[in-house]
Parts: sequence; C-alpha cells; structure tokens
Amino acid sequence: MYQYDVLDRTIVAERVSQFRDQTARRLAGELAEDEFRPLRLMNGLYLQLHAYMLRVAIPYGTLSSGQMRALAGIARRFDKGYGHFTTRQNIQYNWVKLEEAPDILAALAEAGMHAIQTSGNCIRNTTTDQFAGAAADELEDPRPWCELIRQWSTFHPEFSYLPRKFKIAVSGAAHDRAAVAVHDIGLHLVRSGEGNVGFRVLVGGGLGRTPRLARAIRDFLPKRDLLAYLEAIMRVYNLHGRRDNIFKARIKILVDSLGTEEFARQVEGEFRAMHEFGYAPETSPAEIARITAQFADPVHKRAEAGGETLDRQRAENPDFDRWVRTNVAAHKRAGQAIVTVSLKPVGGPPGDASAEQMDAIAELADRYSFGEIRTTHAQNLVLPHVREADLFAIWQALGRHGLATANLGLVSDIICCPGLDYCNLANTRSIPVAQRISERFADAGRQAEIGPLAIKMSGCINACGHHHVGDIGLLGVDKKDGGEGYQMTLGGRADEDGALGAIIGRAFSSDEVVDAVETVVGTYVANRRDGEDFTATYRRIGAAPFKESLYAADQG
Amino acid sequence: MPLIRDNDLVAQDPWVRVDDGAALPEDGTPVIVSLGRWRAERETLDGRNGRLGVVLKAGDDAAELAGDLERLSLVALEFPKFSDGRAFSTARLLRGRYRFRGELRAVGNVMRDQLLFMHRCGFDAYEVARDDALEAWTGALSDFSAWYQTAADDRRTAAQQRGECAAPPLSQSRARIRANAAAASAPPAPAVSCCAGDWAY
Ligand code: SF4
Repeated sequence: MYQYDVLDRTIVAERVSQFRDQTARRLAGELAEDEFRPLRLMNGLYLQLHAYMLRVAIPYGTLSSGQMRALAGIARRFDKGYGHFTTRQNIQYNWVKLEEAPDILAALAEAGMHAIQTSGNCIRNTTTDQFAGAAADELEDPRPWCELIRQWSTFHPEFSYLPRKFKIAVSGAAHDRAAVAVHDIGLHLVRSGEGNVGFRVLVGGGLGRTPRLARAIRDFLPKRDLLAYLEAIMRVYNLHGRRDNIFKARIKILVDSLGTEEFARQVEGEFRAMHEFGYAPETSPAEIARITAQFADPVHKRAEAGGETLDRQRAENPDFDRWVRTNVAAHKRAGQAIVTVSLKPVGGPPGDASAEQMDAIAELADRYSFGEIRTTHAQNLVLPHVREADLFAIWQALGRHGLATANLGLVSDIICCPGLDYCNLANTRSIPVAQRISERFADAGRQAEIGPLAIKMSGCINACGHHHVGDIGLLGVDKKDGGEGYQMTLGGRADEDGALGAIIGRAFSSDEVVDAVETVVGTYVANRRDGEDFTATYRRIGAAPFKESLYAADQG
Repeated sequence: MPLIRDNDLVAQDPWVRVDDGAALPEDGTPVIVSLGRWRAERETLDGRNGRLGVVLKAGDDAAELAGDLERLSLVALEFPKFSDGRAFSTARLLRGRYRFRGELRAVGNVMRDQLLFMHRCGFDAYEVARDDALEAWTGALSDFSAWYQTAADDRRTAAQQRGECAAPPLSQSRARIRANAAAASAPPAPAVSCCAGDWAY
C-alpha cells in the first residue's frame, strides 16, 4: 500500500490549514456563501437536504486498517456513528457540521487521507478494480498507475476548472471490474504484440442524462507516456468542451460532436507537440519505481490451500458454503483468497457501515489480510489477501457483526445512490426501495437459485447508482401525479462486454416497483437456458417477453 | 485596476487597452488590442512605434497568434468567470507549444484562489480587482509549498525533491524546509529526517 512521505503529508496538511482559514472566514461572515461554496466543494463538503455531507476520498479504493479505524473514529465523533460507502469507492458522512469540517479533515490528514477533489469540476478520485494486486486474472497491478494519477491530478493547476467533473478508471485484469467504459477516461492495461505492457485508452464514457460507452482512441500507449497522454486529452477537453450547457459539458459530448477520430487526432497532435517542444509532464523512472515498490505483493508465509479442512467446514455449514461460493474470489496465489464483505444485509441501506463494523473489519484485516482493505464500486468491502485456511474464522467473525451476508453479485446486492433521503437533486427515494427489494428476495436459497443479477438504482438522471449498466436498472423520475416513479431499464452491463440498458416501458409507482422487479426476475428464470446469465437471455429473447409480463395488466 | 507583476504591485501600468474602433494613441504608448483588431489592422499596428499586446478571449485559439508572437511583447488572457478555466490551457500552449516569452497577463475575473494556479501555468502578471491585492497574492503564494506535477513554472515537484534527496548534499529548498517544519508540527507524524527510510515501504 502507498504510504505518505513527508511531502505527501505536507501537501495534505497545508490543504487543511487553508480550509481551516477559509471556514473561519466564512463563519465570521467575511466570506459570503457563494464565495465559500466553490471552496468547500473543492474539499468535498456539500450542503444536502438536512445537513452538510462530507465525501472523503479513498484513492482507488485501497485502505489500511489504520485508515479504516480513522474513518470509524470520524463516524463516532462527527457523525451519527456510521458512514456510507459510495459507488465511487469513497465514503460519505451525511451529518457533518460546518464548524467541525476542518477538524475532520485534520483527522483524515493524520491517517494519510483527504477529501480533496471529491467534488467540483476537476479530476476526481481515480477508481480501479477492487481486486487489484490480488486477482487471478490480472495482467498487472493497476494501483501504482492510479497513485501516479492521484498525485498528478491533485491540485493540477491547469485542470481544476474544467467544463465538468472528470473521472478516470484503470483496470489491469481480463475481466473489467472497474467499469472503465463508463468513465471519462478508461485505461486498460494490455500487452502489445511485442510483449510490452501499456495502456489501451478509452475516452468519453459516462452515465447520466446522455449515457455513453467510452471509445478507444489508442490501442497501445507505452507506460512512460501515460501522464503526457492524459494531459493531451485533458487539454483538448478543457479548451473545447462545452461550457454553455451543464448537461452537455462532459467529455463524452465533445467526443460525440467531433467524432472519435477527430478527437483522437487532436489529442495525438497535442501529445506530439508536447514532446517536440519539451513541455510534456515529466515523471522519472525512479519515481515510478518508488511508487511501484510500495505495492509489492504481501505473501503469507504458510498459505497452504484450505484442503480437506475447508471442504469439511463447507460440508458441515451450508451457510458458510454458500458464502464461500458467492463472496470468495480466486486469488493469484495458491492457498490465498479474496473475501468480499457484503454491506447489503437484507433490509439494510446499501453501503452503510457502522463505526463498530468498520473497526471489526479493520481488526480482521490486521489479523488476516496484511492490514489491507478495499472498497468496491458496488458498495462492498474487500479483504484482498487472506489464507484459505482462515476463511471459516473470518466468516464466523463477520457473522458476529452482521457482515456475513452471502449475496455478492446476487439479486439483493443492490447498488443504490443516497436518493431523496439525503440528496437534494433526487426525484425519488432509493434506499427504501432497495431495502424492500432485498426483503422480497431475502431467502438465500432463492437468491442462489436466481444466480448473479445486478440491480442498480439512481434517484435521478445523474445516475450515481449506475442504473444504465444494471441487468435491471431503476431510475427515479417525477410522476405526473406527483408520486414517486421508477423507470426500468434492462440489459445493461459495465464490464468489457459493456452495454447500456434499454427502457422497457412506462414507469412504475413506488407500490408497483418491487413486484415489477420480481416479474422481470421470474421471466428471466423461466426463459434462461442452461446457465445463461441475464444478459445472454435478454439478448437472445429480446425485450418483448419482459414487456408482456410486466404490462399484461395494462392491456386489459 | 491594480496590477501585480514579478511579485510586486506595479504603480503605473504602462500598457493601455484600446477597444476595437477606438483611436490608437499617437505616441509610442504600448497598446493591447483584441485578436480581431490585430488581424484586421496588422499593418497599421506593426508600423506603430510602440510595443504591442493582444488580448485573447476565453474561446480564442492561441494557434492564431502562433506566427506573430515574435512581434508581441504581451499577451493577455481573459478569465470570464471563476469557473471558466480555458485560459489555464491557453497559457500552457503559449508558453509550451508556442514558446512565448513576453508578458502573459491574466485579466478579467482574476481571483485570489486561482493566482497560484495561474502562476504555475505561466502567467507572470495579473490584473486584480482589489487593492489589497498584493497581500492576497503573497498570501496565496504561501498556501502550498509542495506540488506533484510539472507545469510551466520552475517549482520543484515532489518527485524531483525526492530525487534530490537521494543524492546528498541536500538541497534545502524553501519548500523542503517548510515541509520538514510542517511535518515536525503535525502531531502524529513521526519525526522525519529528510532522507531517512521514509520512502522505503
Ligand atoms: S443519482 Fe441523483 S439522487 Fe442519486 S445521489 Fe446522484 S444526484 Fe442524488
């Protein structure tokens, strides 16, 4: 894991003092709210429906146990005892007082964390595969590059006032768990024909009002050129992205209007000029080596496979067996495993964790996973490096804290934005609907029978809940009668086989929506052929059977 | 409007901004004109016995000036509002791609909280609205002492400082001294000697 050195600490500490001064000026009335607003937003502080919300960056979703304890401490001291993990691999505190915000930032800085650029029209937290550095299907660990991007983008003097927010994701594995195709820039580590590792560069993906899958502009970019190429993309976007209409300001619209080829041509032109005239950003190989060295593999001394003991434990405990099947993934090292801790208990708000749960996970990370924890864009947590032989003990310990829900990737592992319970942009509530869906499918056996299925829900068109890329997407819309309505999309997915879901028909009321989800699930299960996932079935049979079963009553 | 240049308040700005259509001064007063006027009246302007500057609006393309920069002593870039960051990139292009070495002046809505970023992008003069500008400017300059990325200024990046550090004797840059001071006063951070194995994790 990356550890802050004196320079990293200085930068974050200076930011805290700067913000402390700005907050004091605001509280003393020297700064008006509209002058203060952009400043607080740049520190992740939003004014929401009921209170301030602070969004804390968890760079590329990697946390140490000490950092998790610091997050738990903040939840206790400054919030109501819990935090909310988001689809951007960050954590949000929903009950923050303005006068305490500088103290929270100071507490974060002590743990080597910050809230810098978690908001505003700048480069946001870079996200990646939650299994990075551990996954069996990985070409290379993307995190050193994420850290390099984190540093490069932090207080970037040229790119802090972009037309709109900007999100970068990096994936290093064959299976894209980082959803790079729905980011402003998606980077995929690939091997060239000559056997070198570099990046495939995608631009212009994104959800929201105009969902787009990112388009490739470079099939192979040597690693050493990464920052120069990113600067070239950013510069073209900063100069030419639209600023007259907030809904058309993302880079995807610029790529649409120029065409992918023309956009790529401009980027390549700037990229060449930078080298020709010597203003390309510099990163020394020594610095890359310094960063890379900090992501060295942790290896258990005795990591023999779980073997017969594990088999016996699974045979004797069907619940444990089910949890292993859903929540444990293959590690690149024999005898080790990756555990995903579900933050989606039946009937609970997706992504919430109490301070006690955070502490418990920190404790488990220390005992079993080299003190390392990950957050996922599906709003769960990961212990990335455990021994197979420890799985049973981990599962038991998780169970004591209500964290052993065996539903990863299943119908109740719902991605859900905060919605109208907190967010002032929301049309509808999302959390209560997610809770009702998970209660409807509470039976673990039934969930297992249904198999992998992604339900994703957003409270408005901003799509924080990624509804376009869910097997079943739900979007909160204003209904004409003033009630809450949920528009359903089917067939989306966010991985290398990315697709945007299609709207199936009229929106459902809050009373209908859970039944509608159940109808879709039923139609899928009834129609699927041996082992087909939702996408495969949907692509084979099309939308018609789903429409029929959903709207049969409307016909009469 | 107060002008800051080279870390100092300029008492008397020698430059005069001449609007499109307005008469040029008869004497050799240095003038700043719009890109449109520069294109339309290039010969007249060229024939004048005085220094020349052009102001670019946020949407203007720096490439249009690329061939003329030899003849210009000043380029002014307009910031129409706080949130419009195009001029940051235009500045990088002028300094980097087009090698402009004259005065690069920020005009329009020039805010204290952006001065440092402007300086990093290659600006060296700023028309600011408030007359306590110098104080604000020096204040803004000292907000940060370390940076991650290279830009158009000569501030040492964190990576460069780390590199320096590996090869004694140490360069005691201002930022480094401050960094050590900050680390020493930040409570939980262990006392850090500059080169100690702090980066060896
Ligand atoms: S999707 Fe809309 S309602 Fe949900 S968190 Fe985002 S902005 Fe708020």
